[in-house]
Amino acid sequence: MKGLIASEWTKLRTVRSTMWTLGLTVALGIGLSALATAETRAHWATMGPIDKLTFDPAQTSLIGVAFGQLIIGILGILVISAEYGTGTIRATLSAAPKRPKVLLAKVAVFGAVALVVSEVVAFLSFFVGQALLTAPATHATLATPQALRQVVGSGLYLCVIGLFALGLATIIRHTAGAITAFVAVLLVLPIIVHALPNSLTHDLIRFMPANIGNAISAAQPGSSAFSPWVGFAVLCCYAVAALVIGGVLLARRDA
Amino acid sequence: MIEAKGLTKRYGDKLAVDQLSFLVKPGIVTGFLGPNGSGKSTTMRLVMGLDMPNSGDVTVNGRHYHDLPWPLHEVGALLEAKAIHPGRSAASHLWMLAQTNDIARSRVDEVLDLVGLTQVAGQRAGKFSLGMGQRLGIAAALLGDPEVLLFDEPVNGLDPDGIRWVRNLLKNLARQGRTVFVSSHLMSEMALTAEEVIVIGRGRLIAQTSISDLTSQSSQSFVRVRSPDSARFRTELEAEGATIVVESDGALTVRGADEVEIGELAAKLGVVLHELSPQQASLEEAFMELTEDTLEYRNKETTSAMAASKGTS
Repeated sequence: MKGLIASEWTKLRTVRSTMWTLGLTVALGIGLSALATAETRAHWATMGPIDKLTFDPAQTSLIGVAFGQLIIGILGILVISAEYGTGTIRATLSAAPKRPKVLLAKVAVFGAVALVVSEVVAFLSFFVGQALLTAPATHATLATPQALRQVVGSGLYLCVIGLFALGLATIIRHTAGAITAFVAVLLVLPIIVHALPNSLTHDLIRFMPANIGNAISAAQPGSSAFSPWVGFAVLCCYAVAALVIGGVLLARRDA
Repeated sequence: MIEAKGLTKRYGDKLAVDQLSFLVKPGIVTGFLGPNGSGKSTTMRLVMGLDMPNSGDVTVNGRHYHDLPWPLHEVGALLEAKAIHPGRSAASHLWMLAQTNDIARSRVDEVLDLVGLTQVAGQRAGKFSLGMGQRLGIAAALLGDPEVLLFDEPVNGLDPDGIRWVRNLLKNLARQGRTVFVSSHLMSEMALTAEEVIVIGRGRLIAQTSISDLTSQSSQSFVRVRSPDSARFRTELEAEGATIVVESDGALTVRGADEVEIGELAAKLGVVLHELSPQQASLEEAFMELTEDTLEYRNKETTSAMAASKGTS
């Protein structure tokens, strides 16, 4: 297992797409957060008193994380789909015929990298955003109630979304197909749920990954959302389910 | 040693490999011959545990591939050229494979040197030619210094110099006592490299035999005889059971008796011979004849039994 993990680490660091996607996740995450907080600060004077009172400075500074999920998801997909696309998977599985272990090594290496990058994005976004929210705008510190949970949770959300994407790609095996499915789950599924009768929407919308992420990044989750950690547990179930199905298929299918 | 027993693989309703049994022995190069689409690559993927057979069994050194604790140390394979991430360098590609089987970094440099890719080891493999891709694939196969080696069409895309290099490499590997299993549709190449051949057609075993047996048993092999007394000698030869065709130049084309038997008969009868020359069929001719049989048995069920029994002998 040690060798497999070392091998996956070599694979990840020896292709350019890793640096591109991780760099873009960081840049886009922090950039959009900075944009959102600076924009709020610029319009602070014209905001109504209720808006000012309900303003969630931590969540506003974490807005970029929601965009980062699309890119880190693509990296999670490429971790396995690129092997199918290039034929490297045959070499990988010849070297390590115990296939579920290969997937486990991928989860460990990509998961660790994604976790570090995700938390970096979350914390930097938070600090940059709060620095831009100069007085008279309200800003948060890590000591502000819920703020630490919002920041750490957003990073965890980003990492687990990446692992979910890896699981999807293990099932689908094609880069384009996996990206389509991933984007459909994140962006299209909520639109479909919103088109359902109101009572159904109310019951189902909380299960959407984006809504879970939103609840995690907010100081006060909305009325039709899971509480942050329940939502996170649900999200972990999605990732585990995708990875387990992917692992079973990987072991059974012809490579 | 590679042993297949009743190996059968279906993709949907297409039967790719059909009841295939064979034995690949160590110490010699064994050629794996068959027309395109005859199931060679599928068979190799089954050996490597990449595809699962519908029925039957294949083992490497007596064990299933999945049960090998360090597979790269026991089996090396070149299955497809350029099965490598175009953005990754040759050295990184080999290194990530080496790490899975606890192979030292120095071995990566060794095999790169062996296949002549040291100079381009750091370049992105996407820029490699097909020939360089083949060399990298061969390097990957040799990485764990395995006892059993499989090469699927290794000379594809190589220049004449590269082809000769592969030929010598395969022979040397076999001479070291390794099991070397090489597929090809280039008969002439196999004639120069392999000692034994396994011939398949439509996923079925047609023959497992030595190259020399394969060519001498071919009806394309015959002995050419010229004699001033050819009419008498012809009758005598036919009485011994040979089949004879008289060529336009008066020479006799003799099948069913070899040059030793013919020469001895001539001496016994006192017949003067002007020519006694064995004509060996090329492997290509022998192969065409064999695969023609498989096409035939598709139409005639009676001959299929014959082809099958011929194959297992």
